[in-house]
Formats: sequence, C-alpha cells, structure tokens
Amino acid sequence: MTGATESYELDVDGRALPVAAAWLGESLLYVLRERLGLPGAKNACEQGECGSCSIFLDDVLVNACCVLAADATDARIRTVEGFGDADHLSDVQAAFLGTGAVQCGFCTPGLILAVHDLLDQVPDPTGLEVREAISGNLCRCTGYGRILQAVEEVKATRSGASGPRGESP
Amino acid sequence: MTTRSVGAPVARSEDPRLLRGEGRYLDDLGHDAFQIAMVRSPHAHARVLDIDVSGALEVEGLIAIHTFEDLPPRLQEPLPLLLPHPSLTAGRTQHLLADGEVNHVGEAVVMVTATDRYAAEDAAERILVEYDPLPAVVGPERARAAEHAVHDDVPDNVAAHLEQSIGDAPAAIGAAPNRLRFRLDIERSASTPMEGRGTYARWDGDDERVRLHTSTQAPTSVRAAVAAFLGLQLAQVECIAPDIGGGFGVKIMHPWPEEILVPWAARELGHDVKFTEDRREHFVSANHERAQVHWIDVGFDDDGRVLGLDVEFIHDHGAYIPYGLIVPIITSTQLIGPYKLENYRVVFDSVYTNTTPVSPYRGAGRPQGCFAMERTIDRIAAHLGKDRTEVRSVNFLQPEEMPYDFGLTFQDGRPLRYDSGDFPASLEKLKQLVDWDGFEERRAAAEAEGRLLGIGLATYVEGTGVGPYEGGHVLIEPGGTVQVSTGLSTQGQGHQTVFAQIVADELGVDLADVRVVTGDTRRFPYAVGTFASRAAVMSGNAIHLAARRVREKALRIASEALEVDAEDLELADGQARVVGSPDTAIDLKVVATLSNPLRYAFDESARIATQFANPGKEGQPPVTDDDEPGLEATDYYSPMSSTFANGMHAVEVSVDPDTSDIEVVRYAVVHDCGPLLNPRIVQGQVLGGVAQGVGGALYERMAYDEHGQLQNASFMDFLMPYATEVPSVDIDHLETPSPLNPLGIKGAGEAGVIPGAAAIAAAIEDATGVVIDAMPISPSQLHEQRLTTAQDRPGDTT
Ligand code: FES
Ligand code: FES
Repeated sequence: MTGATESYELDVDGRALPVAAAWLGESLLYVLRERLGLPGAKNACEQGECGSCSIFLDDVLVNACCVLAADATDARIRTVEGFGDADHLSDVQAAFLGTGAVQCGFCTPGLILAVHDLLDQVPDPTGLEVREAISGNLCRCTGYGRILQAVEEVKATRSGASGPRGESP
Repeated sequence: MTTRSVGAPVARSEDPRLLRGEGRYLDDLGHDAFQIAMVRSPHAHARVLDIDVSGALEVEGLIAIHTFEDLPPRLQEPLPLLLPHPSLTAGRTQHLLADGEVNHVGEAVVMVTATDRYAAEDAAERILVEYDPLPAVVGPERARAAEHAVHDDVPDNVAAHLEQSIGDAPAAIGAAPNRLRFRLDIERSASTPMEGRGTYARWDGDDERVRLHTSTQAPTSVRAAVAAFLGLQLAQVECIAPDIGGGFGVKIMHPWPEEILVPWAARELGHDVKFTEDRREHFVSANHERAQVHWIDVGFDDDGRVLGLDVEFIHDHGAYIPYGLIVPIITSTQLIGPYKLENYRVVFDSVYTNTTPVSPYRGAGRPQGCFAMERTIDRIAAHLGKDRTEVRSVNFLQPEEMPYDFGLTFQDGRPLRYDSGDFPASLEKLKQLVDWDGFEERRAAAEAEGRLLGIGLATYVEGTGVGPYEGGHVLIEPGGTVQVSTGLSTQGQGHQTVFAQIVADELGVDLADVRVVTGDTRRFPYAVGTFASRAAVMSGNAIHLAARRVREKALRIASEALEVDAEDLELADGQARVVGSPDTAIDLKVVATLSNPLRYAFDESARIATQFANPGKEGQPPVTDDDEPGLEATDYYSPMSSTFANGMHAVEVSVDPDTSDIEVVRYAVVHDCGPLLNPRIVQGQVLGGVAQGVGGALYERMAYDEHGQLQNASFMDFLMPYATEVPSVDIDHLETPSPLNPLGIKGAGEAGVIPGAAAIAAAIEDATGVVIDAMPISPSQLHEQRLTTAQDRPGDTT
C-alpha cells in the first residue's frame, strides 16, 4: 500500500481494540468498518456530505469518513454499535421504531447518533433547531417527517420522565 | 387471542436490527474479498487509442488488470437489451468494458482488482488511457438535430419513434373553440439511493458454484444473466439481495457490467471479489432519468373540457438503452391521468446522447407526464379564468365508467384499462384537507405581511402491480415457526412486516412467529422484481394465496386428528380448534409434525408422526397420491392487467418578493391505493415520495455542460433535500378496492413523487403570476423569470 504502516489502539465503545499494521492514511470510517468489524457506520459519500458515517469522538459528533483513524488514538469513540443491544433499544432508537422513521435503514445509524447528540445538548429544541440539527444527515427514503416526530416523542418522554432532562444510554 | 393485523399500523419487524446498526448491506459483507476499482472515461465521447498499464504494475496489492481485450468472447458481447419493443429499431447497449469507444463520462474502461480498495484505486490512477475525443451530443434537442452521432451506425440519434392515439386529436383541436400551444422542459434527475451499487461474488471451486450478493431490485434476473454470460447452469449460480440501502428504480437496471465482471473475476482468480462504487461513480455511471422536452397542443371548450390533446416529446435516454422504452411509454400513457380524453395523440422520439444512460427512477416517466397534463389543465383554467379544480372536475373520468379502456397499450404490453377509482371524491377530500376554498383569505393575510402566497394542485393515476407474476412460499415448521419467502427483493419498503401480516392473519399465528425472506434465489428462484409499485400487489397476493393453501391443508390434517369436520375448525392462537369449543384444539406445530410421516423419532415431538404411532389410513400409503409431505405450499399471482392507483396533491408555497426564495408551507396528499395493508408503511412510502417530488420540483438536476461533463456529481452540488427542505405533509386516504386481486390492493411505492413538481409549479405560478414551464425551477431561475417575464408568452397562441 501507499506509505508507512503502524500499529495502534483505538478506544471504541469502551473497548480497547488493536489495529495492526495499518496505513496511516486510512480514515476512521475505513478502520472501523474494514479492520474492526464494526460496519454500523455507513459510507455514502466519503466526503463529509451525508452524515451516514456519524460517530462520537470524545462526545463530539463527527463524520468518521473525514477523520484519520490514527488521529483518534487518544479519543473515546462511540459508534451506533454502542447504543442499544439485543433486548434494549435506546430511547431514540425506540422512538424511531414507534414512529416508523426507518425505511431502508442506511442513513439510520447516523441519524440515531445525530438525534442523541441533539437531545443531550439541547433537551428542548424548537422545530427549526431539530431540522437544523439533523440537516447534516441525508435520508433518501423517509422525507424526514417521521424522524422529526421521533425527536418530539423522545423530547416529551425525557421531560416527563426525569424533569429537565433524561439520560441517554 | 390473535388479532387481525392486516390494516393495522404494525411496527416494522426489520427495524430493531437496522436501528442497532446490524443491517448488513452489500459493503458490509466480504471483508476478505479482493476489491475492484474501475478506470472510467473522463470524456463524454471518445475513441480509446491505447491503454498503458505499466505504471500500475508496481502497486503493492495489485492482483489483476483487465481491459476489453482480456475478456473471453462471451464477455465481449454487449449487455442484453432487457425490454425489446417493435419500435425500438436501433437499440444499443454498452459493453462490460469499453470496446474502443466511450459514450459517456463514467463508462468503465479498465477493471483493476487488488487486495483492498486503496490499492485498487492507486493502481487505477496509474493506468494511462489515451483517448481521441469526439464531439459530444448533449441534450435531447441537440441529439435530434443530429449534427453529430452518438453511435456511428445511428446517424439520426433516434433509437425509437412511437406514436399512439385515441380518436383524432388534430381534427378535434382544429375544431375546438379554444386552443393553446406551448413547450415544457424537464431536466435530468436520478434515484440516488444512499447506498450505491455493489456486488460481491464468492466462487466455490470445489462445488463449481458462484454465490453472488448484489444490491439489486431483480435478483432472479441477475442470476440468469450471470449464468448466461459465464456459461454456467442456473443451478451453479445463487443470487442474494442483502439489506439494500434504497433503490428507487436505479437498481432494477441489471445486469450492471460489474454484476457480470465480479463473479467472472472471482472464478478467474479463485478468490472472493467485491465491487462497491463510490458516490462520484454513482453519479456518473449509475443510470439517470426524467429528461424530456414536450410540445403540447390542446383544444378545449368554454367549460375547459379537453376536446383534443396532441403531445410530442423527445425523451433523452443517454448513451445506451438497456431498459428499452419503458420510461417514455409510461410518460405517454400515464400522461392522461384521471381525465377522459377521447382525442389524444402522443408521439415521441427516444434519442441517444453522450450522457449516463436512462432507466426508471421512482415514478418512471410519470412525473413528466403528470407535469405535462397538469400544466395543460392549469393553462386552460387560466385562459378561461376558471377555478383549477373546476376544470379538473369537468374532465374527470367518472367512477361509474370504470373499468375504462382507453384503447392504448400500456408499458406491460396490455391494454391501458383503469380498474377502479373515484376521482371526484378524491378531489373533494383534497379540497377539504387543504382548505382550498379558504385560500384567498390566507393569500390576503400573507400579502399583508409582504409575502406572496400561492396554491396549486396536481392529480395522477398510476398503473401499479404490473405482471407477469410473483410467487410465494409458506411453510409451517414442526417447531411452530412460519417461514415465508418470495423472490423479489426489498429496499426499505417493509416487506418483511407486511408479508408477515398477511400470513399471520391467514394462519391465525402470532406475527412474531412469521419469518419472511425476500430476494434470495436459494429460497425462491422464480420472480420478476421490485419495480412499478408492484411488490405488495404481486408478492402480497401470491403469499396470501400460498398461505390459504397451507391453511386448507392444516384444517384437513387437524380435522382428521381431532375427528371433527374441517368446516367446524378455525385457525387462531397458533392452533386449529373447534369454533365455539376452543378446548378441542391441536397446535399448528403438531399439525406440521403430523403432515410429514416419519420413520425416525429424532426428538420427543416427532414421535407422534412415526410409523407405529401414526400408521395412516387403512389401504392407503402414508403419503397419498394427491398429497405431499410437509405443511407448506407455493402459489403464484399473475394478473390480467395492472391495477391503477391514483391520488392528488395540493401545495401552498410562499415566495419572497425580493429574493424569490420559495418555501413550501403546506402540503396535502389524498391517496387511493385500495385497502391499506399497513397504514404506517404506506404513509411512509408517500412521505418519502413527496420529499423526492419536492427535490424534483425545486432542486435536483443533473447539470451537464455542453461537453457532457457532469458539473455537480456530489451531494454538495446535487441538491437532494435535507430535513430543512421538506415540508410537513397532511395525508388522507381513499380506499377504492381493486377488483383485480384477492386482497383488493394497489401499489403505493412511487405515488408520492409523481405530482410534486406539477403541484409546486402551479403554486409558484399562482403566487407570482409567472408561468412555470420547467421542472425543476430554482429560486434564481424564478427570480430571473420574474424580472424578465413579459405579459404574454410568445409561444402561446389562442
Ligand atoms: S460518508 Fe461520511 S459524510 Fe458521507
Ligand atoms: S431510510 Fe433509507 S436513506 Fe434513510
């Protein structure tokens, strides 16, 4: 391949995962998907225009296709694989299910993370804030209406369940 | 108690997996596969003079490089013309790799295989292809002017010329008291699913079989094409559509060159091989649609009744025509919409241009036809100073006239025959939903705030559920799980849920016990594909029929076991039981066990079916002549003709008087696709379609320059709507059942997109007074038009 390889470790969803002899030019998206067996983040443009590859890097939502994996060695990485498990969906995931906000599902992992990010930072966003917050994520199937509805549901449950703000898992 | 689930807004069973990031799409498979990168033409039209691969040979990880010359003879043949038609006299299809000439930017020239995609792209970059550029033909009118030819042997660039008519349109127009003539322009757009194309093949040298995963809407047909090109028996090819990240038509095109090249390379190299296209590749090498130019000539009476309509259009189908004339035929027949046209003539030329080929994108020619018809009705209304809903009403085909045969041939080669629908009732509902009659008050209020408000509407009829057939298989396992399969594939429509609902109701079992597999030739090898809003109608009915046969068999076996009359039994709660005395019951899984006479008691529950426990009837073999082991059935649904869904959209837009910025402030949909199997899923389809309609009306265009270079091949430049661009939508349904199929249903997949551009154009026109005759129309175009719009349009004559 093109240039130097190195071995390093990434902290992904609370696990220390070794990356062996990888070219330093590889994107974090590539390393997660191809080297670490975590294909939840999707590749739909590889140039930061669609949000399908969204992940958290130290609690900041980023496009993994635009981050070099080797630059992320000191960061805490969270992927969609770290949200919800076989018997438990996160509140955002459950609201997507309940409102019918998924069609083909390709954009869904990115949107789940974008909505978690929004509601963790702004527990009571206005309609426009919601639209703005997810406007880095393209979805070709749903027309977004159900996604906005899901956000409203989570907003309502969180404020009802635990006062000013609830916990995301 | 199991409750009826068809008709209920059941949550989708596919979602929990997708929500957790556990969906497995094409590029999530085959991580050890060799990867392919294509060297693609940077020219719209050129001869390939030389290919120098020497610079690539040093790249670490390179496995192989293939050009056209390196392919075996069968793979040097062009791709099949999938849909031949008598009028398609000059059909040309592309080669798997360019054979000395390229005809659009993005055409594949060299295939590079390497251990990973980075290496494959590095090598591809070092391959030098020498081209001799030729003049590029771009745009339908330049194609028809034929100054240059796309294909040397088709000097006029016309692949097909087709005319259809009802009555005598020119005579009727000549005799009509009013006449309008004008032109409409519709630009290119494309399906643009979030997941692009991709194919992954595994060659098993011991078994001599290939297993192909591909992101397709037609797995059985891909399988057949692969077998044909690779000289394999069908039994040696398996084709599976994994999770698919959206299709919207582009993935009904098949086989893509890569769908043949990838399995061939896998066999040649004795190793898994995968191709996943990137976004730019998708823009230039996956098919587009929409581009047409229309010339309309219409004659009408003083009530606005259309007396004669004459439409000529040019359809730009790009460099090749692998998918035949489906798109322009749909435009020319579905243009009619809900109106009773008695004098109609339509003629089109399908022309070659040096741009990406064209095949259906959701709507498949209908948005163009709808744009033409609805803009015509709006012009008539404006000419006569009448309300636009009134002019529509006088032209509607009435419900009591159905079924109605127009005397034209539809895209499936069968008569264009509307089976059902109630257009006046739909319009009434739409007017209520959008408060049509209260609009002038809203306009005045907006005006007081300095905003230009406008309202528009558009109607359509959509032929759905086209043949020839689909099949379904239903099996109750001895463990109680119900396995269902159908051959067509799914791209996000919720088929697993909807088909399970149909089966659960028929068999009286819990939804959670029904497992549905789509698009896997190992499970169901006979199928046509997912297109033309046909999956629910075709596979839904086939599965329904198969489930009914399983039900009959279950009742028969249960009646023998319980020694009661089958007529006294019902299926509910996973049991066959006596109506009114539910204690006399037998579990369906026991029935399933009994349906298969056994020799061996491999587990406890199997005992009851073994030869000493269940010796069968005196004087009869364990499996009688008219029976088969197992509680399963296969059935097929094949309709006489398509079933026609319909709908109407109304839109309010607000236009900024200073900047001409356009905002859709209200969007209302009335939709009639017969009884809803799952209202939540149907509405989801409509909402998604509306978003694409908004994109098509205001934002999406493939911006080719005169040299055939696509100027906006990225999400940054090709403006697909984000959440900030899509309005909220009010939906109401009418449920006029189709008499054509057992479930009475009609397709819903494409409907939402069809009338969007026409309705939005009408609303903009109403807001600004500027005549809108192009799709899409951007704020800057509108602004310019508002500045220059004179009073009368030169093209219009009366
Ligand atoms: S794949 Fe990273 S933003 Fe599109
Ligand atoms: S659900 Fe398909 S792209 Fe969003």
